[in-house]
Amino acid sequence: MSVLLEAIVAILIVIGGTFLFIGSFGLAKLPDMMRRLHGPTKATTLGIGSLLLASIVYFALLHGVAGIHEILITLFLFLTAPVSAFMISKAYIFRHKDVQHTLPQPGNGSPWVTLDPTGDKARALKSEQQQG
Amino acid sequence: MIAAACAFAMIATCLSIILNIYRLIVGPDATDRILALDTMVINAIGFIILAGIFYSTAIYFEAALLFAMVGFVSTVAFCKFLLRGNVIE
Repeated sequence: MSVLLEAIVAILIVIGGTFLFIGSFGLAKLPDMMRRLHGPTKATTLGIGSLLLASIVYFALLHGVAGIHEILITLFLFLTAPVSAFMISKAYIFRHKDVQHTLPQPGNGSPWVTLDPTGDKARALKSEQQQG
Repeated sequence: MIAAACAFAMIATCLSIILNIYRLIVGPDATDRILALDTMVINAIGFIILAGIFYSTAIYFEAALLFAMVGFVSTVAFCKFLLRGNVIE
């Protein structure tokens, strides 16, 4: 393995470790829940992507073929990180009355679905009655 | 060179997991604790991949893939429980 490619793998590993640490530091340091959400969802995802890229390059050099496992892990983590952040912020809005007052109105005259889970069913029933 | 980089990144990952444990214990709300657990799973995946590079073996990737799936499902299940009081309705 040439020195240049080894250096590329090492630099990718160092970037990955640094960004994983930055994400967790933001989680521990930032003052508010919605601000704390930024660290793990952005910096940690970048860090894990860099580590998986380093792993792809390393095993491609070592065995001559790029593994499918790293690409699967990358795809899965990049797809699921926004979904879990969305679910966590939804749960936070649902549990805090003081945050709910600061939200803008959705614009169609009905409240947010997060705060009114049965509203969707009730509205569907109402429009059905109007049509029928 | 790669071994030194792996050692640096492993130390950074361990410090990250310690910071996550701090947020898991202190965290004023349940959503903070869910977020800390989610981040801890991602850090564990990073550590497993680093171990795979360090020992130059590919057998750790299945463990990392399983961690990714189980971590996501548990995060969504916790949030669903907080939102609806039930996981599967």
